[in-house]
Amino acid sequence: MNINPVVLFFASVFTSNILLTNFLGMCSYISISKDLNSSNGLGMAVTFVMTVTTVLNWFVYHYIIVPFGLDYLRYIIFIIVIAAVVQILEMVIDRISPSLYMTLGIFLPLITVNCAILGVTLFMQLRNYSLLQSLFYGLGSGLGWWLAIILLAAIRKKIDNAPAPAGLKGTGLTFITIGIMAMAFIGFSGMIRVQ
Amino acid sequence: MSLVLITTLITSAISALLAGAIVLIDSFVNNYGLVKITINKRKTIEVKGGSPLLFTLASQGIFIPSACGGRGSCGVCKVKVLTDVGAYLPTETPYISKEQMKENIRLSCQVKVKKNLEIEIPDELLYAKKFKAIVEKIKNVTYDIKELTLQLIEPQTIDFKAGQYVQLSIPPYGKIDQITQRAYSISSVPSQKNKIELLIRLVPGGAATTYVHNYMKEKEIIEFTGPFGEFYVRETDATMICVAGGSGMAPIKSIIFDLYEKGTSNREIWYFFGARSLKDLFYVDMFKDLEKKWNNFHFVPALSNPLPEDNWNGETGLITDVLDKYLKNKIEKSKPKEGYLCGSPGMINACIQVMKTNGIPEEKIYYDKFA
Repeated sequence: MNINPVVLFFASVFTSNILLTNFLGMCSYISISKDLNSSNGLGMAVTFVMTVTTVLNWFVYHYIIVPFGLDYLRYIIFIIVIAAVVQILEMVIDRISPSLYMTLGIFLPLITVNCAILGVTLFMQLRNYSLLQSLFYGLGSGLGWWLAIILLAAIRKKIDNAPAPAGLKGTGLTFITIGIMAMAFIGFSGMIRVQ
Repeated sequence: MSLVLITTLITSAISALLAGAIVLIDSFVNNYGLVKITINKRKTIEVKGGSPLLFTLASQGIFIPSACGGRGSCGVCKVKVLTDVGAYLPTETPYISKEQMKENIRLSCQVKVKKNLEIEIPDELLYAKKFKAIVEKIKNVTYDIKELTLQLIEPQTIDFKAGQYVQLSIPPYGKIDQITQRAYSISSVPSQKNKIELLIRLVPGGAATTYVHNYMKEKEIIEFTGPFGEFYVRETDATMICVAGGSGMAPIKSIIFDLYEKGTSNREIWYFFGARSLKDLFYVDMFKDLEKKWNNFHFVPALSNPLPEDNWNGETGLITDVLDKYLKNKIEKSKPKEGYLCGSPGMINACIQVMKTNGIPEEKIYYDKFA
């Protein structure tokens, strides 16, 4: 896969957004996007974890899993690495911003099982990215997830006051919004192929 | 075989490596060094930072009452924090009113000690201690209330005001894997300094009361902290109207026998004790005896739902109705009165209403609600 890392970075933010084109990491996306500040915090946390774990898992894959022929163990090992990074992130957020820590609540430890995070690592391995490509892909996907949740939080804040039919308010409108957002993002996916 | 070995080895090695990294980062990130806490502008203690204020103070022998044991679910462990410790956490806001926010009142179990702090706590908490005691006697006073006598081991004596309570530490048992702390009023008199007596009613599913009723054995060692509480007799000449139900008996018993022992008070005392039927009634003979010995004291037990076999010829009806009847017809109206109530929130609120309508000012009604 000889895609330029910088191109890969922009593609993973916009045209191949992990959330809006692969629909990964939806649960925290929908629950946290009710509040702009928490969305911002979670976006930041996901970006950090995604970048660090993709790079760490690249090393783990190439220097441990491949040499020892442990391909069958890759899921569990990848998840262990993600869990450890989330644990560290929890401690750091608790130190720096206790109020963000409390607001994120259960969703912070749940980043461990956020499928977007494992998804990015698995795509990285499946598409055989180089270290630099993995770094840019992880960072780009994280920023893409962050962008998507901020956009949704902003839109939800706006449509909260919109005169919508009662049955559509809340989750209904959120799903419709996500669908339209996904179409907008996928619309440009033909420009660059990241597969 | 080698496959299993390699798999185990590699997974363990990676986990160990990451766990090591976490421990290392934890000691680095969560190291706040030594921090000074100034209490009531008088006392300064030096502590290791990083833990919640409640536990940090407890480690220094200062026990802030907390019914849930520091999990942020009871809202009792309030402390005035004069230093800026950041915004209120979502876990604190349900328990802190707007007025309290203006006064910087925080939940001490949710505030972490990260820098030098200045706090204010009621003076009495500075003197609350941790006690070790031996369970001397467990006696059934009704089918669901036990009288617990604790003989103090360390320290050997306790000073308290009649009406105050202690926090009992229940050790882990069965499926409960943590120490549970619960508050119980002292039912013995303050003159007895080497023992305390508690009345504990079985709450179905309650962690602490289930332990006391089903697991606690005589001769067992148990710990408690205290004394705490603002529920005690105000020294005036007003007629005391005491109302209790169930284990609400405890502080009232302590208050009445304390006043009798001291023998200095000429106040008139009326004690209304409400129960459903005869099997919920206890200590009746004890108070009837006291009534005979002490002219100022009147005991009125009342049953709301007496059974035919009870052969009850005392007062019947809800305790609020009995109270209303006595306040209107039997208790001298000209004298000022004070209310002392202990029992369930529902009973207390109803009694406050009755007392108010009978001319007892709300600020003269003191109570201890079982929340």
